Amino acid sequence: MTTDADVSLEAGFDATIARSERIEPRDWMPEDYRRTLVRQIAQHAHSEIIGMQPEGNWITRAPSLRRKAILLAKVQDEAGHGLYLYSATETLGVSRAELTDLLLAGKQKYSSIFNYPTLTYADVGTIGWLVDGAAICNQVPLCRTSYGPYGRAMIRICKEESFHQRQGYELLMTMMRGTDEQRAMVQESVDRFWWPALMMFGPPDADSPNTAQSMAWGIKRNSNDELRQRFVDMSVPQAEALGVTLPDPELRWNEERGHHDFGEPDWEEFMAVVKGNGPCNRQRIEHRRRAHEEGAWVREAATAFAAKQRAETERAEVAR
Amino acid sequence: MSARASGASPMSTEWPLYEVFVRGKRGLNHVHVGSLHAADDEMAVRHARDVYTRRNEGVSIWVVKAADITASSPDEKDPLFAPAGDKVYRHPTFYTIPDDVPHM
Repeated sequence: MTTDADVSLEAGFDATIARSERIEPRDWMPEDYRRTLVRQIAQHAHSEIIGMQPEGNWITRAPSLRRKAILLAKVQDEAGHGLYLYSATETLGVSRAELTDLLLAGKQKYSSIFNYPTLTYADVGTIGWLVDGAAICNQVPLCRTSYGPYGRAMIRICKEESFHQRQGYELLMTMMRGTDEQRAMVQESVDRFWWPALMMFGPPDADSPNTAQSMAWGIKRNSNDELRQRFVDMSVPQAEALGVTLPDPELRWNEERGHHDFGEPDWEEFMAVVKGNGPCNRQRIEHRRRAHEEGAWVREAATAFAAKQRAETERAEVAR
Repeated sequence: MSARASGASPMSTEWPLYEVFVRGKRGLNHVHVGSLHAADDEMAVRHARDVYTRRNEGVSIWVVKAADITASSPDEKDPLFAPAGDKVYRHPTFYTIPDDVPHM
C-alpha cells in the first residue's frame, strides 16, 4: 500500500537526486536503490579483496627488495580498498560478516578480471597499467556517485590507484629497456590481459539492462561503452610510448568520430568467466575460504583478550 | 556474552563497529573518514592507523563505537534545523553596508 507519507518521502529523494545532492545513510531511499547499491558496492569490495591474490602470487618472487616492498604496499592497499567499501556497504544496513558469507557461498560476484592467472612477473606490471588503469576509468566518475559514503570511499581509492597504475607502467618500462626476452615477456603479458581488461567495463550497453536505472539514480555516471571507449583512447598512446602492440587488428584512429575504433571482446568468454568457469574462479574462492577459516582463531583470540581486559578493568574499578 | 567471530558467525557476534575520525594536520578538526570492526578500543586505533592513514593522512585518530553515537534523526530534520531558518540576522549578508566602506 502506498500512503501519502511514502509519496512525500519518494518525492524528497527524487528532488535530492535532481539537485545532484548526495543521499546519506539515514535518509529514506527506495528499496531498489538500496539493493542496487549493496550489490554494486559489495561486488566492488569483493573485487578488491579477491584482487589481492593474482599479484600476491608474486610477492615472494619479486626480483628485488625494492619491487617486493612496492608490491607489498600495493597488495596492502587492495585490502584497504576492500575495507573502505565494506564500510560503505555497512551504512546500508548489511554486516560485513554477511557479505563475506555471500562471497564465499558464490552468491555475490567480484570482477571477472581476477579469475585470470598471473603467469609471469610481467603480469604484475600489466595489471598495474591495464587492469588498474581500467579500474581508474570506472572509478573516477564514481567519486560523484549519488550515495555519499560510496563516493567518499571512491575518492580515497582513486588517490591510491594512481600509485598502482604508475608503478605498473614503470615496471613494464624497465623491462622494455632490458633484454629481448624481457620485451617478449611484456608483449605476451599485454596480449593476455588486453581483452579481459576491456571486459572489465561490463557488457555492451544494449545488453546491460540495469544501466539506465543506475544512471537515473546517479549511481553510475557513464555507460559501459562510454567508459570502454575512454579507456581505449587513453591506452593507445601509452602502448606506443611503451613499445608494445595491442592485440587488436581492428584498432585504428577514426578521424570522423575523434575516437579509436576497436574490435569486439569475446562476450561468450566473458559470460563463461562471470558464471564461474574462468581459469581461476574455483581457486580464488577456495583460497579466500581457507584464509578466512585459518584466520578464525586469530579473531577468536582477540575477542577473548578484549573480554579479559574488560573484566580486569571492571574488577579494578570495583576494588577501588 | 560469549562473542565468537568465527566463519559463518551471525551478525550479533561480530566485532563491534567503530567510527573513525582523523585530524589531518595540526590546526584542523578531526573529520569522520569511515568505520571498521575491532575487538576493543585499542585494536580499533591500530586498525584505523593501518586502514585510514597509510600515507600520512593524519596526526591524530579518534575511534568511537558506532552504537555510542547519538544522531539527529532525518524524520526530525525540519523541527531540528528549522530555528536556524528564520534567524537570517545571524548571517553577515543580512546587513546592508555601502560598497565604499572598506574592510567590511
